[in-house]
Amino acid sequence: MLEALQLEFMRNAVLAGLLVSIVCGVIGTLVVVNRLVFLAGGIAHSAYGGIGLALFFGLPYLVGTFGFALLAALAMAAVMLKAKHRADTVIGVLWAVGMALGIILVDLTPGYNVDLMSYLFGSILAVPTSDLWHMLVMAGAVLFVVSYYYNDFLAMSYDEEFAQLRNVPVKLLYGLLFGMIALAVVMIIRLVGLILVIALLTIPPYIAEKYARSLRMMMILGTLLSCFFTLMGLWLSYTLNLTSGATIIMVAAGGFFISLLLERLIPKRLSPRAETVPR
Amino acid sequence: MTTPVIEIQDLWFSFNGHCVLQNVNLKIFPGEFLALIGPNGGGKTTLLKLTLGLLDPDRGRIRVFGVPPRKAAHRIGYAPQNVHINKSFPISVLDVVLMGRLRARKGWTRHAPQDLSAAQKALEQLDMWPFRNRRIGDLSGGQLQRVFIARALVCEPEILFLDEPTASVDTRGQSDLYHLLRQLNETVTIVVVSHDLMVLSSYVKSVACVNRDLLYHDAAEVTGEMLDMAYHCPVDLVAHGAPHRVLCKHDAKNNLKRK
Repeated sequence: MLEALQLEFMRNAVLAGLLVSIVCGVIGTLVVVNRLVFLAGGIAHSAYGGIGLALFFGLPYLVGTFGFALLAALAMAAVMLKAKHRADTVIGVLWAVGMALGIILVDLTPGYNVDLMSYLFGSILAVPTSDLWHMLVMAGAVLFVVSYYYNDFLAMSYDEEFAQLRNVPVKLLYGLLFGMIALAVVMIIRLVGLILVIALLTIPPYIAEKYARSLRMMMILGTLLSCFFTLMGLWLSYTLNLTSGATIIMVAAGGFFISLLLERLIPKRLSPRAETVPR
Repeated sequence: MTTPVIEIQDLWFSFNGHCVLQNVNLKIFPGEFLALIGPNGGGKTTLLKLTLGLLDPDRGRIRVFGVPPRKAAHRIGYAPQNVHINKSFPISVLDVVLMGRLRARKGWTRHAPQDLSAAQKALEQLDMWPFRNRRIGDLSGGQLQRVFIARALVCEPEILFLDEPTASVDTRGQSDLYHLLRQLNETVTIVVVSHDLMVLSSYVKSVACVNRDLLYHDAAEVTGEMLDMAYHCPVDLVAHGAPHRVLCKHDAKNNLKRK
């Protein structure tokens, strides 16, 4: 691994992995506790529409994708707030339509045939240094917003109704959260691909949730786990000559199953009585 | 004449086209200890949520301390019925209670020492202080309920809304809780939703039955009329004797209808 770090692309890959881990640890925690995994998947996939738009109209990648993903995210946020029970259906529709739109727009783009598959797994080994700077700014912005509104996010995520009673600006926070998800997803897709985004947004926070005593700890633990999975995956992919994105996911999946196994083997601390709730 | 802390006039509310509350009028005065009774789906919880400003009425007017509910919600302590939401959430008992002291939009402000001492006081009142560092998922249903009541108390409210606070609490816990509520009632106006008519009647000062309509009775008695309305069938009134009579005597039934 150390000699691999002599190579610039490997150094960039490690740095990109660490930055992605921070963003995924923090945003992923909010995604998991608010049960927005499906929504994050929807935003990630509808971003394809943005890739198609950017290619077709010759817009810069970030403008097209982020603009489109943000619109999709805000539409989903509006549905979540208005009719929660319909949210999953609407997300499903946007998910499918976004992808289809992207593919058709790429078909229609003359003379240029980008391989959309490369967006599925991304190319963490080909991250240009300029993208690292974008990532750094984004990670900083996410950390700033989440730590500034930490107590409000905590209240909203745990008990939205009570948060409203304490005058927490729930609508603003939903907008911010969905916007951050869109931004994170778009940036990270470019680096590590669609599938890895979803894996890193869900698996590390899910494992962290079992052991953390607070939301803050869940974010920190999720970030650390994510860093570990990413570095381990990169190292394995380097030594075994495997596709990096997929290897990272397999390592994370390994961690996921080990955590399930540990939960089975170690008897639950002070097992809470399985109380039946009288109705 | 004191002014009511809560004033509801000609309130109508429907949900998905179904009328949930119709023509509800209610005045709650300072120092009152009101029990809301009624069948499941009768609109008790909805009425609380309307008064908190979590829902908007179709028609009618609600005033809390003379202003619309949303502007007064922070002066009401609210313990919701469903305490079993989000049990896997990584949060400690103390952090849940501190949520009751949250000052929103304040950014980085951390909890002040007086927030912590208020949380300690509230948890001690409910015998939950030793559990402060437990994760919320490790508590039993009754313990959870007490944590949520502590969260309602911690903001030092002027009105307290408790939605079925004793649903998973054992008998001992129930009488402890109502004892505490009676103490609090010296300074706080209390509205409690409950099914448990017997326990309630020893503590409350007035009863309102909600089943689409609202019927208010200015004494800790359940009238025959209320039972009729609540359960749609004439119920044989069985009264326990002293010290507290829950149900009025049969022959008193007609007398009460005059109101």
